[in-house]
Amino acid sequence: MAFLLIRNVKIAGISACVPKREEFCSDFPLFLKEESLNFSKTTGVISRRIASPGICSSDLCYHAADKLLFDLQWNREEIDCLVFVTQTPDYHLPATSPLLQKRLGLSENCLALDISLGCSGFVYGLGVITSLLSHGNIKKGLLLSGDTISKTCSKNDKTSYPLFGDAGSATALEFQGGGDFLFNLKTDGSGSNVIKIENGGFRNPTNYDSFKEIKIDEGISRNKQQLILEGMDVFTFGISKAPASIKELSEHFELNLESVDYFIFHQANKFMNEKIRKKLNLPVEKVPYSIERFGNTSCATIPLTMVTEMRDKLENNRLSHIACGFGVGLSWGSVYFETDKIVVSDLVEI
Amino acid sequence: MELQEFITNFASQFEETDPSVFTKDTIFKNLDEWSSLQALSIIAMVDEEYGVALKGDDIRSANTIGDLFDIIKNKK
Repeated sequence: MAFLLIRNVKIAGISACVPKREEFCSDFPLFLKEESLNFSKTTGVISRRIASPGICSSDLCYHAADKLLFDLQWNREEIDCLVFVTQTPDYHLPATSPLLQKRLGLSENCLALDISLGCSGFVYGLGVITSLLSHGNIKKGLLLSGDTISKTCSKNDKTSYPLFGDAGSATALEFQGGGDFLFNLKTDGSGSNVIKIENGGFRNPTNYDSFKEIKIDEGISRNKQQLILEGMDVFTFGISKAPASIKELSEHFELNLESVDYFIFHQANKFMNEKIRKKLNLPVEKVPYSIERFGNTSCATIPLTMVTEMRDKLENNRLSHIACGFGVGLSWGSVYFETDKIVVSDLVEI
Repeated sequence: MELQEFITNFASQFEETDPSVFTKDTIFKNLDEWSSLQALSIIAMVDEEYGVALKGDDIRSANTIGDLFDIIKNKK
């Protein structure tokens, strides 16, 4: 069982960056008026930020990290670890983390790696970077987590395009006595088909056929290089696995859920998240949402929610949190951690 | 698990459609109010009331409320 207890690592600060361009669900051409209201009522999404063609996930994460390092007044030479979580990298190869290492002015002594996970990615990324830092040799690290997932969606697919937005984030962590991270990480590859892009990798390389738009149903057309989202299957998965994951975490580590200050969920869809909240009997005020203004931003939802919805509390208090990410893979995980008056940067818009 | 109770639970997920419309032979996908989002309400209701995890294929393969009732009964 992948229960991990990682000691002596703390979050020093957190930041996020979104594109300036905002798109409203009510302007989505495939929706009739009532349909868009219904969509917003159910999913919670009113508007999203959409990256223009020139903006990559790495750009959003770069600007989030650059701002955070400035606000923390960290010496860039001291950062010996950079983990970049994304499913929308700059290139097939090289990995994007070396490009970010260079661009952020980090030293050659910096370990850099990419992790290809989506909705669960921030929690998994925290698992990897806290493990690396807990050895004590690396004192400071950056976890960058972001996607421009809107670029993978067909504009003729009402089941995906209006749900997703783009965002990047940066979390600064350091080796320091006292901080514990508790993880429960899980995987079920039998569900790999429910969120998928079929063509463009090496199993099914891009070919002439990949560009052909196929009508799946009314309001659902896409080609094979665009995202498939089997909403009903993802929903069934989310409402069962996410609450179970948090229950297992709390039982294994003997945590009292009532004493946890905040539960920060991957912003999948408000209807699904509310089911999860109710299954865990969590009060509304402990479960923040950013989905209304930013949509589902893949691996950036949890840090984006912290920056946009919890800033004052994070800056001024000692708090305990459980974060839970769940989705593409299928992959899911939850983590318990504490923060003590961390630096939270202004939301960066580019 | 009672069919009549299931039909009532199914009907209560709809806001605009009159409850009297729902019978075991109702082809639910033909209802004006049916949508992919409405399907999520049904999946959530079945999870809560019957402890059964419905897949997208289960919803797709069922035509009537009675069909869906049988699928859930077989999964219990």
